[in-house]
Formats: sequence, structure tokens, C-alpha cells
Amino acid sequence: MLKDVTLGQYFPGDSVVHRLDPRTKLILVIVFIIGLFQAAGWLSYAIVVAVTAACMSVSQIRFRTIFKGLKPMLFIIVLTAALNIFYTAGTPVLPGWIITWEGIERAAKMILRIVLLITGTFLLTYTTSPMALTDGLELLLGPLKKLRVPVHEMTIMMSMALRFIPTLIEETDKIMSAQKARGADFENGSLIRRAKALLPILVPLFVSAFRRADELAVAMESRCYHGGEGRTRMKQLKLAARDLVAFVLGAAFLVGMFVLRHYGL
Amino acid sequence: MAEIIVEGLRHVYSAGTPFEKVAIDGIDLTIPQGQFVGLLGHTGSGKSTFVQHLNALLAPSAGRVLVGGEDINRDKKTRHDVKWQVGLVFQYPEYQLFEETVFADIAFGPRNMGLKEDEIAERVREAAGFVGVDEELFDRSPLELSGGQKRRIAIAGVIAMRPGVLILDEPTAGLDPRGCRQIMDNICTYQRETGATVIVVSHNMDDAARLAERLIVFDRGHVAMDGTPEEIFSRPQELIDIGLAVPQATAIAMALRERGVALEGAIYTHEQLLAAVLRAKGAGVC
Repeated sequence: MLKDVTLGQYFPGDSVVHRLDPRTKLILVIVFIIGLFQAAGWLSYAIVVAVTAACMSVSQIRFRTIFKGLKPMLFIIVLTAALNIFYTAGTPVLPGWIITWEGIERAAKMILRIVLLITGTFLLTYTTSPMALTDGLELLLGPLKKLRVPVHEMTIMMSMALRFIPTLIEETDKIMSAQKARGADFENGSLIRRAKALLPILVPLFVSAFRRADELAVAMESRCYHGGEGRTRMKQLKLAARDLVAFVLGAAFLVGMFVLRHYGL
Repeated sequence: MAEIIVEGLRHVYSAGTPFEKVAIDGIDLTIPQGQFVGLLGHTGSGKSTFVQHLNALLAPSAGRVLVGGEDINRDKKTRHDVKWQVGLVFQYPEYQLFEETVFADIAFGPRNMGLKEDEIAERVREAAGFVGVDEELFDRSPLELSGGQKRRIAIAGVIAMRPGVLILDEPTAGLDPRGCRQIMDNICTYQRETGATVIVVSHNMDDAARLAERLIVFDRGHVAMDGTPEEIFSRPQELIDIGLAVPQATAIAMALRERGVALEGAIYTHEQLLAAVLRAKGAGVC
């Protein structure tokens, strides 16, 4: 039952977007977010929506998948919309009403902005494996190494953490079954009793996590791992022509958004 | 008594998703009280899935499991209570130890049964006796003991519930030969003295051949073979086709037969092999 939890939302695929360099995708997401926040008028919103839709269709991610990811955010979206509707001054929709036309317009834009923001970042995580993401992040943050920021260590910790999430979930599942076989009850009783019932799971889980960490450290050291200095990678990230195209499109989008903002469209 | 009847058992993992997988299908078995059963099969043949149905850890997608004549999946209560009747020891059970002392860890099961303190203490002592854990260790932390000792404490934790059916999934995996033999002997003692049904899931054909009175071979979610060790090991080629090993003695006997030595009968222990070779020699075949 725990296995059904999807962690890391990567959907393997073979679209152009999947094959883009993770660095390109990371930068383009930032470009997308900056562009999105320049949008003021309906025309610019329409363009952002069109761009997002185009990216979705190119990366073969269906709307239903995105919608599933949006569900947990529903509360925030509704709350923001409500606040904007009720707390914006302007011309009332009907005389005496607190709701104004301006409020409705602003709420609609706010919803659009949040949905687009989430969709844009989802497109990144849906089309990029966690490992590729950390690789891209390490290279992008590379210059920070000059400032003594331990970029390599941070990213390798991140990829290891990601690597071990499924393992630990499986382990939790096993330990739960084993304790259930000894009559442990995780579902009934008061909150305190149920919290206490977690102890037989947490203790072995921590013990095994430490054991695994220890074993991994020994395995890495015995293969002469000693940090990032002078390390090469098995999969070299190389920018291809498609990355160049993506950058050009991204730049055009950004410039366009700034121009539209200038004219307040 | 706790006779186990399995009817048309089928289990599908992640039903209704792209990851759907039929783990076991169409399993019909009856295991009478007191039998010592060896469960053999490849990794992924469904044997672990099967044993988790016997104490209602997994609910069947189709079919029924009856223990002592009662459907164990009838309601929440039967699903919970069947755990006292059918004790399941998982693979590498030592990774599930969590209490501060050995005593408390063995007592976890009996305590969940809601027994009184003196009854719990008695059961812990009895279970520790079965697996050969010294009472001096009761106040130690289970985490600081050796691997073999941890394994035995974990098994004692299940035995302490006095289950009428004891199931062990690869109880000797990762132990040295001496540790293996001790644990198998402990299990035999438990079976002999309590009359419990014992089901051992194993890769080790020699153990299975030596101890079990009945062998059930799983292959790709189905029961491929079912019978006494003699019956099973008289068809060694089928085992090899499934991808399983045969006991050493059977392998040697097969090799000898291939070279034209006429050995009689089913051979799966070293004693049988020796006797058969001597008989053949007496008859002057080699």
C-alpha cells in the first residue's frame, strides 16, 4: 500500500522535452517564471497559456496528469481567489455588493498565474529524472564552488537521498508486515496509542537506515571516492542543437513578455 | 485444530494500474495439522505472496483461505486474530527487532495478545528455550548481539505466541552452516514438541529434503509439484526445468546414472546415495 505513493513525479518518455539537457530545462523554467510574472494584461496571459499548452503537447504530458498534481494545491488556489474577490476595491457587480468587477478579474488572473506556475514546474519534474535534475543542478551551481560552497557534496547527498527513498519505503512495508504478524495494530485506538504503535516501525527503520548509510560509505571509500575534486562523469551532459533552439525560443518569449508589459497588455 | 485449506487463491498486485502483476493464481492446497512442509520455488514464483495470505497479511483477490474451518478474511477481527494461530517469521527477521531488551522484544507478540504479565514471562521463557537463547541475555539489548542470536530471538518472538502453524521464510538465509543447522534443529524441536504445522520456505534443497515430509514447488504463481520428498526428487529433471537446484545427492546420482551406473529408487540424502551405490556395487554393475 505504501508502494502506491508516487515519489518524484518523473514520467519516463522520449519526447524532445525529455531529451533536452537538464540544465536547459532548469534555466527555461526560471525564464518561464520570470516571463509569467511580467504578464499583466489578458493578451500576455493568453500567450503564456499558449506557450504552456505547446510545451505540454510537445512533451506528451496529458492534461489529466497535470490536473492530478494540481489537486493538492486546490485549497490555496481557492483561498487566494476568494481573498481577491472580496478584498478588491472597485465597481460592485450589483449595487451594494462587496464583490467588484476588478476583484473578479484579479482573482481570475491570480488563479491563472498559480496554475501556470505549477504547470510549468511540473513540466520540468515530469520530463526530467531526479538524477538528471541533480546533475544539471550541480553543473549550473558549479561557479559557486569558487566561493567554497560544497556544491558537489550537496548534490551527491541529494541524489543519494532520492536513490534511497524507494528502498526505505519498501523496508517500511516489510517491517510493518512483520510487526503486524506479531499482532501490532496500527489502525485502531486513540491517537496516542497509534503514535506509540509506530515505535516498532521507526526503531528498526532507523537502525537499518544507519546500517545502509554505513555500508554505502564503506563501499564508496573502497572505490576511492574522495569528493568532487577532479571527478569525471559516466554520462557527460552535452548541449545539442535542440538546446540552442530551446534557448532562442525562451529568449524570444522573455523579450516578448517584457515588451507586452511595457505596453501594459 | 488448525488445518489450512486454500481454495482458488489468486493475488494481483497493483490491480487496475499499468503495474498490475498476477503474483499467484489458482492455488488449491490442503495442509493438515502437524505436517512439516517445505515450500520451494524461484524468486518471484509467488511463495512469499502465498505465505502472507495464510495469516491474512494480504487479502486474496479471489479465493478463500480457511484455518481451522474458518474463513480468515471474514471480517476485521478474524483477520487480526488469525495472527495468533498462524505465526509468520519473515526473511531476515533480525531487522525487525526494536525493543530495549531481548525479553521485551520476545514479549511483543504475547503482549499484543493481551495476556497477563506472568503468562507473558512464561511464554517468553518457553520460546527462548525452543530456540536456545540463554536467559542471561534477557536484559541485554537485542541490537548488540550476534547475527545468529538475533535471528533466534526474532524467531522466538513469533514462537512466543504459541502458533499452531509456524511459517518461516528462508529462516537460514545468510547464516553460517552451523547456525543453519541449529536453527533447523530448533524448528524441528518446536514441531515435535507442540505438534504444530511447520511451513518452511527455502532455497536450500538439502534442508528441504532432509526435514520436510511434504514438498510444494511453486513456479510462476502456480503449484508445479506437490508430494513427498521421495516423489519430488524422483523427478529431478522437472525441478531443473523449473530452474531449481536438486539436492547434492540427487545431482550425483543423476550424473552416475548418465554414465551408466544403474542406481535404484529415489535418492535425495547422502545415506540413500551411499546405500544405492553399495547395492549397485554388490550387483556388480560398476
